[in-house]
Amino acid sequence: MDAFFSHIDWYEIGLASLDTLLMLGGSLLFTVLLGLPLGVLLFLCGPRQLFDNRGLYALLSLLVNVLRSLPFIILLIVMIPLTLLLTGTSLGVAGAIPPLVAGATPFFARLVETALREVDRGIIEATQAMGASTRQIIFRALLPEARPGIIAAITVTAITLVSYTAMAGVVGAGGLGDLAIRFGYQRFQTDVMLVTVVLMLLLVQLLQSLGDRLVQHYSRK
Amino acid sequence: MIELHQVHKAYQVNGRDIPALHPCDLHIGRGEVFGLIGHSGAGKSTLLRLLNRLEQPSGGRIVIDGEDVTALDSQGLRRFRQRLGMIFQHFNLLSSKTVAENVGMPLQLAGELSRRAIAQRVDELLQRVGLAEQAHKYPAQLSGGQKQRVGIARALATAPKILLCDEATSALDPQTTGQVLQLLAELNRELGLTIVLITHEMDVIRRVCDRVAVMDAGRIVEQGAVAQVFLHPQHPTTQRFVQEDEAVDADAQHADFAHVPGRILRLTFQGEATYAPLLGQVARRSGVDYSILAGRIDRIKDVPYGQLTLALTGGDIDAALACFQAADVHLEVLR
Repeated sequence: MDAFFSHIDWYEIGLASLDTLLMLGGSLLFTVLLGLPLGVLLFLCGPRQLFDNRGLYALLSLLVNVLRSLPFIILLIVMIPLTLLLTGTSLGVAGAIPPLVAGATPFFARLVETALREVDRGIIEATQAMGASTRQIIFRALLPEARPGIIAAITVTAITLVSYTAMAGVVGAGGLGDLAIRFGYQRFQTDVMLVTVVLMLLLVQLLQSLGDRLVQHYSRK
Repeated sequence: MIELHQVHKAYQVNGRDIPALHPCDLHIGRGEVFGLIGHSGAGKSTLLRLLNRLEQPSGGRIVIDGEDVTALDSQGLRRFRQRLGMIFQHFNLLSSKTVAENVGMPLQLAGELSRRAIAQRVDELLQRVGLAEQAHKYPAQLSGGQKQRVGIARALATAPKILLCDEATSALDPQTTGQVLQLLAELNRELGLTIVLITHEMDVIRRVCDRVAVMDAGRIVEQGAVAQVFLHPQHPTTQRFVQEDEAVDADAQHADFAHVPGRILRLTFQGEATYAPLLGQVARRSGVDYSILAGRIDRIKDVPYGQLTLALTGGDIDAALACFQAADVHLEVLR
């Protein structure tokens, strides 16, 4: 057993784990910051909703669909000039975050839109009847009512981001996925492959059960 | 209190105007419980939502408590809505907030009271609807009747003068319906609250309303005092609603009575006359025999009424009819 794992550089694995966590945390933060308003806007512009703006809805929808239909690996490469502009580097954790955010935001925005649609129209009507402004309807009624759905959306997005970070090695971002490809695949170090896979699996499990627990905590139905 | 002048509403569907409400005039007095009854699609829900402009009128003028509602800008409309309560068929409570938070929500949105003042008002309201003990529960933990009580407490939070009820009892069982209607009647009596309610059940109208308007295909086809409309329905739609409430099939009854000999007449009593010993007196005086074919004695809001269908045989039938006419009852000779 010891012999099997003796070639593993645990320091390297620790660093890679940290990189993965940093990429995940950073990109998740910006994805939520950008995707939540985008999702709310998508919802509000939708047919028979508060703003009901067909033109804007069609435009946002198109943008979201185009970004979502690009395979992430292509997006990583296409984004390099923009990433350089934003972060000054296209390498490392900082270089990976812009493409990760660009890949996950449209996905997350769609999930938010769906979660908001689950809110009973009657609740919006009742809040309007109380004399609420649009801003109050969004912050006092819509978002609190959709909270469990939005937390579930964040969970799914986080897990998608974990798999995206594994590809970010292509642009030299590091992380567990990068380690698995360089050592596990290209250098036939099955032990490294095994350890990285187990770590990623644990990370995904952890995210999912944390998300589930939060959803449960905030569900009142 | 509420005045509608030639108010109408049409929806645009594929570039064509589909009328939901034909031009209508309506006047609802202060402290009145006014019922709008109609089948689904009759336009009653549209009419109710025009009052707080959840629906925008296509034309006409709505004046509520001296204020031209149709002329309000969005800021004015918000202030106006804060002074109007509304309850719903499916309660529409926020599932993420506790009972107390739901009830306090209109006050928080208005932003005029301190947190303490709101908490105090919420306590008062929950006491009023008998839910003081449920303050920290979530709506999902309550029964339907309790949820509607929370809805009512929430609607009353800003002390409005008018309460709009959108099929408020349609999702409740008969017993709970009775309790909620009783609460509404109490609020009307004790707070002088003007109530506008829509329903598709004549029973609801009969139990709490002072006046009623019957709607059919986007028009008000009949309106008046509940006793008048209920006991002497003119329009076919109204007649159908009354029959549904009495669970009477007019055609079947007509066929049944075909075999009954003698004159058939219907007497309608209202108020104290309901309890007067009229039938015996008339029978003794005119020598007729009577048999009761159908009948009902009940209340319209607080007023007792009775409606009897009789067959008269033998004796002096004309004298009997004259006696009935002289008495404090409404007489219809059916055959």
